[in-house]
Amino acid sequence: MSQTSHEPRKKRTLRKAPFVVITAFLLLWLIGVATGEPARVLEQALQVCLSCIGIG
Amino acid sequence: MEAARKWIQVIVAILTNGSWSFPFTKTLYQGPLKVICAPGLNCYSCPAATTYCPMGSIQQLLGGLRFALENGQYYFGFSVLGSIGVLGGLFGRMICGWACPFGFIQELLHKIPSRKFRIPRMLSHGKYLFLLLFVVVLPLVLVDEFGSGSPWFCKFVCPAGTLEAGIPMLLLQPNLRSTIGLLFLNKFVIMLLFLTWAVFSSRPFCRTACPLGAFYALFSKVRLIKLHLDEAKCTNCKACHHVCPMGVKFNESPNDPECITCLACMNKACQFDAISLEIGGIPLAVPDRGLSPAGKP
Repeated sequence: MSQTSHEPRKKRTLRKAPFVVITAFLLLWLIGVATGEPARVLEQALQVCLSCIGIG
Repeated sequence: MEAARKWIQVIVAILTNGSWSFPFTKTLYQGPLKVICAPGLNCYSCPAATTYCPMGSIQQLLGGLRFALENGQYYFGFSVLGSIGVLGGLFGRMICGWACPFGFIQELLHKIPSRKFRIPRMLSHGKYLFLLLFVVVLPLVLVDEFGSGSPWFCKFVCPAGTLEAGIPMLLLQPNLRSTIGLLFLNKFVIMLLFLTWAVFSSRPFCRTACPLGAFYALFSKVRLIKLHLDEAKCTNCKACHHVCPMGVKFNESPNDPECITCLACMNKACQFDAISLEIGGIPLAVPDRGLSPAGKP
């Protein structure tokens, strides 16, 4: 049975790891943007990728 | 909460496939929104797609890397990796459970009444192989005489691409039908296998073959939003085992890479309030007894 109703609640602290990870990937995204990559991604996304749909 | 999740799945599927002019234009959406990364697996050659597929895009960028470098363009896929990395850091595989159109399709198929089968846990390693080999290594290493690699996962495996893009494009553009060959047949059979499997087992593609799911799974311990197990409250009754669509034994593995945070264990199974949703370690929600009957695994 549950034992916790009489136990003191554990203090939950803010985890820092997610913020470090998110910041690191945000920086990576910025580097990608700085190199002009989104324009290339857009160029690819606007064309029918025949390979992607199995007929290329 | 389950109803909210279903609504979010529908809304995301509509938003990422929101261009419905294709019956008239007979081709893809050509607008600027396609610079935005789709959170889930959603083929960007789908005529209705308004965003780009991160897996397809990474393969294309890696396949064209040699050519790009020769032209002084440093397209390593950082913007794509950064986009899905931020999403992974925030939500991890919660995206699979809440925002992936192909996951949603599999969930709907699994509602078809039939005998249901478990998926052996060891098959879950397959998706990491697909991520490493088909998405990264093969497009980068196996190149043609011009130095271009192929999007191996899209070309030979991806059932989402066949369903969302291949079939609709063949219907829209009759001239493409003459190009159907063994390649399409292979992908069509793979798609049929996964869709049929989804009727009998829960989310088979997500669990065994999805490279995007494999990528998000890498964030299982560090993601911002995740489920928390209060070990003091847990009685190891194993009720959470029976409701999990991903085969996770939550009380034994609270940071399981397979957890898609669908909240079934929290809302439908645990009667002891041992499972809660947290943001960065801070509790966000308690079990929602009002919307889902408790104790009915």
